[in-house]
Amino acid sequence: MDDLLNEFLTETNESLEVIDTELVRFEREPNNAKILDNVFRLVHTIKGTCGFLGLPRLEMLAHAAETLMGTYRDGATVSDDGVSTILMSIDKIKDILLALEETEKEPEGKDEELINKLLVLAGVFEDNEQENAENEPKQETDEDLILPEEPKESAGGGTMGRELKPGEVSLDDLEAAFLNAEGPDLSLPPEKPAQEPEKANANQAAAKKEKAMANQTIRVNVQTIENLMNMVSELVLTRNQLLEISRRNEGREEESEFNTPLQRLSNVTAELQEGVMKTRMQPIGSAWGKLPRIVRDLSVELGKPIDLEMIGNETELDRQVLELIRDPLTHMVRNSADHGIEMPDVREKAGKSKTGTIRLSAHHEGGHILISIADDGKGLNTEKLSEKLISQGLASESEVNSMSDAQIHKYIFHPGFSTAEKVTAVSGRGVGMDVVRTNIELIGGSIDLKSAEGSGTTVTVKIPLTLAIIPALIIESAGERFAIPQLAVSELVRVNQAGENRIEKIKNAEVLRLRNSLLPIVRLSDLLNMERKQEKDDNVLRSDSTFVVVTEVGTRSFGVIVDEVFHTEEIVVKPMSGMLKDVSMFSGNTIMGDGSVIMILDPNGLSQSIGSAHEEVEKNELSDEKAKNKDNDIISLLIFEAGSSDPKAVPLSLVTRLEEFDCSSVERAGNRHMVQYRDRLMPLVYVNEEGNRQTEGAMPMMVFAEGERVMGLVVDRIIDIVEAKLELQVDSDMEGFLGSAIICERATEVLDVGYFLPKAYSDWFERKEQVRPRARRLLYAEDSPFFRNMIVPVLIGAGYDVTAVEDGIEAFDLVQEGAKFDIVVTDIEMPNMDGFTLTRCLSENKNSANWPVIALSAFVGEASEERAKALGMFDFIAKFDRKGLIDALKRTEQVIDVEVAA
Amino acid sequence: MSNNKFGNSGKQYVTIRLAGQLFGLPIDRVQDVFMPDNFTFVPLAETQIAGVLNLRGRILTAIDLSKVLNVAAVNETNIERPAISVIYANELYGLLIDIIGEVVTLDSEQLEANPVNLDAEWAKISVGTYRLEDELLVILDIDVLIEELLNKEAA
Repeated sequence: MDDLLNEFLTETNESLEVIDTELVRFEREPNNAKILDNVFRLVHTIKGTCGFLGLPRLEMLAHAAETLMGTYRDGATVSDDGVSTILMSIDKIKDILLALEETEKEPEGKDEELINKLLVLAGVFEDNEQENAENEPKQETDEDLILPEEPKESAGGGTMGRELKPGEVSLDDLEAAFLNAEGPDLSLPPEKPAQEPEKANANQAAAKKEKAMANQTIRVNVQTIENLMNMVSELVLTRNQLLEISRRNEGREEESEFNTPLQRLSNVTAELQEGVMKTRMQPIGSAWGKLPRIVRDLSVELGKPIDLEMIGNETELDRQVLELIRDPLTHMVRNSADHGIEMPDVREKAGKSKTGTIRLSAHHEGGHILISIADDGKGLNTEKLSEKLISQGLASESEVNSMSDAQIHKYIFHPGFSTAEKVTAVSGRGVGMDVVRTNIELIGGSIDLKSAEGSGTTVTVKIPLTLAIIPALIIESAGERFAIPQLAVSELVRVNQAGENRIEKIKNAEVLRLRNSLLPIVRLSDLLNMERKQEKDDNVLRSDSTFVVVTEVGTRSFGVIVDEVFHTEEIVVKPMSGMLKDVSMFSGNTIMGDGSVIMILDPNGLSQSIGSAHEEVEKNELSDEKAKNKDNDIISLLIFEAGSSDPKAVPLSLVTRLEEFDCSSVERAGNRHMVQYRDRLMPLVYVNEEGNRQTEGAMPMMVFAEGERVMGLVVDRIIDIVEAKLELQVDSDMEGFLGSAIICERATEVLDVGYFLPKAYSDWFERKEQVRPRARRLLYAEDSPFFRNMIVPVLIGAGYDVTAVEDGIEAFDLVQEGAKFDIVVTDIEMPNMDGFTLTRCLSENKNSANWPVIALSAFVGEASEERAKALGMFDFIAKFDRKGLIDALKRTEQVIDVEVAA
Repeated sequence: MSNNKFGNSGKQYVTIRLAGQLFGLPIDRVQDVFMPDNFTFVPLAETQIAGVLNLRGRILTAIDLSKVLNVAAVNETNIERPAISVIYANELYGLLIDIIGEVVTLDSEQLEANPVNLDAEWAKISVGTYRLEDELLVILDIDVLIEELLNKEAA
């Protein structure tokens, strides 16, 4: 069976299961917009995929169901009949899928009765089946009001005054399809119907087997994965030992015959390891998926309006760890809601908004995952805490007096300590934070708390990724070897007191000029309090060269002087003994290939020990830096040559992989060139279409992939990867290039990936000539990195000063911080805050009320467009519609100009 | 010596010698006696921690018992000192000693409380003393010993 179809079946079947249960829930609580949103999205996805795969019957059915749900989403009263009709159509979809699975073709048949019913319920069009609607008491007055409008809208043809894109089906098409009374399945060969049942009958057993295949996810006992993981860890260690042996033998006369198989073993091990690791990773979103509901219920129970913001849903962590932090997290969020957030009237008096906010965020940092739970509530009352400490006999008065606020706050992690004045059903029974702390520490994590009275509390949980296998750089200092996680190492600099890179001193602080910045330098031997090796002392520094490991922790970078740098190696992080836990410089230890144990340096620990004095300054700079980073995005660029020796560049993030193929492996089909790549054919496109191409040897190429589509863009030579600011200075007159920019002090042509993609797949999207309005500040919110990377160059190419953010919250935060923009382009479906909410927030904010907002969505549907219009959005564009986007931007331009003139 | 010489009250101890003094460790807590090599020094760790090493694929934290008991070890270098491995809270620890002695079986009813004038540090980690014929055997409580060290670290 076609891979794509197979995947679609698996996915869709899973979605349908979810839809089933969710719909039942929805029937019970029709006001839960969350459920509806979820169902809506799932159906939407099914519809979209059907369109993509060319399954018109399914698509129409899904579209109709979606339309009805859309009206519910927009506030129409939910009727039992509606829900059961949707359920019926879900059943119908299942039937069709079943047939699809057996025959790989959509079965013949019409669903217009069902679709009609759905659309009538949705109030989209009137039908002679009015009795259906009349069975319903006058519940649907809302829809009745919409009725006269909707058909008109549809009759207008293109709904947005632009052409529909392939895969999009407007309601007109649907209606036309019914009126024709002829299914859209015209594409099916006429002999099919006769063949179909025959085949189905004959191969029923076989078909059943295949059906089982569609169920492609299996549940595996965690212990099994755990065992696998342990075995893989052992395998990695053994592999390392072998490599060590082969390294030792290097340089000897006879080239060992083991080298090649060893290399293969090494690669296979690496892949296996990655695979097993992946099976264990889960996005943290699944741990806090229940929290919105809990907070909602709490907020009702306690009578406090509370917003729950969740950032970093997709941060992945070990599933075992995930299980273990689920309860502590829930507990802490409950705590925040109960104790942290004040009652609305209290908040109002304190000058805060009535609605409290609890913000959950997660991100990776130096081999740890950091989760923070922040509320903007009343914070901890230090005085009250102190009294309690004394009255509970946990500390004497003099002890309390000598403690800092932070120290006193820490006592809330003490067993049997509760700050709540009264015990509520929610929390306050004194078995709270200490249990949380124990649970977190059990998995080797740590918990920290920061609180400012009146402005809120932030609890930060830091969980190391134990059992993880990480690449690490092996270094030596004072005769001891250490491992430093590769993640934290941004580069290695060889310093030479006589040469260009030398270490300078400001009083006792050593610094290194590194390009544009001054890098603080520390000696590892000093940090670790080890005696420097005699011969590597200061004197040597003056003459000999030394290595500086440039380390990055969060936004901070610093250099660490080491004596020797060896190789990088995959190491298995083994947790440190309890006796060494307090040595914050180390995060763990590992067994090397030669059997010795070495300590793993903790970049966070290093960073903290380098001058906590900087901390205050650091914090202030942090926000500045963040803003700066947003202003002039430094991005990674891949520099290559094609056609001429002039350098050309493409944003690295757009490139999926770099590959090399031998010229002889290129196959031709008509005019197209392709290679076999991962069991599929990958079309090749040449950057220099006319020029001389290589005819033999290896052919370097950049692989671009989006979903199932893969394209290889052949270049002459890959030169380098650099970090630079992408600022187009000159328009390009060359096909396929956006323009020229100065990168690494050379004029470099910037590749327009969008020009080449359609050459591989003509329907990738349509290319359009560059438009060049004046530079305007544009805020772009989009959660998908792929689209972000694809659209940003388009926007920059169109002359905008683009600030890209990941979701609505981030966007709105920027605006609230006072950032000014001329135009906002936003995705609709985003986690945390979607495009509609963002638009509403922006229009309610007086600074941003007049900014035109363009919605950019993968899903273009009547309902969404309606909603966009209602919210006063400037335009609603499909994500792939570059032309539409540029045109819309152009039109906003005119509006802005008019406003300025007026 | 037979195991059952003292009936149910008989207990076996591994004897070790450190700075001349004889100590006993309950045999059921001793995993292994080995000659450690290839120590990895752990910077910034407490002085009692001699380092970490790889014992058959597991990482062991080596504790210099002489530093814990605050006595001068006869043999100062880590390398040629035998070690006894024990497990505490699922973690592997090794106690570095001077000389490993024989296994003795003693009647637990003869275990005497430590003399009151015993060094406070020692008293904390010892459960009592046996009067052997020619010298005294101080029985160490491994759990308390390691716990003490862990707490010291945390403090």
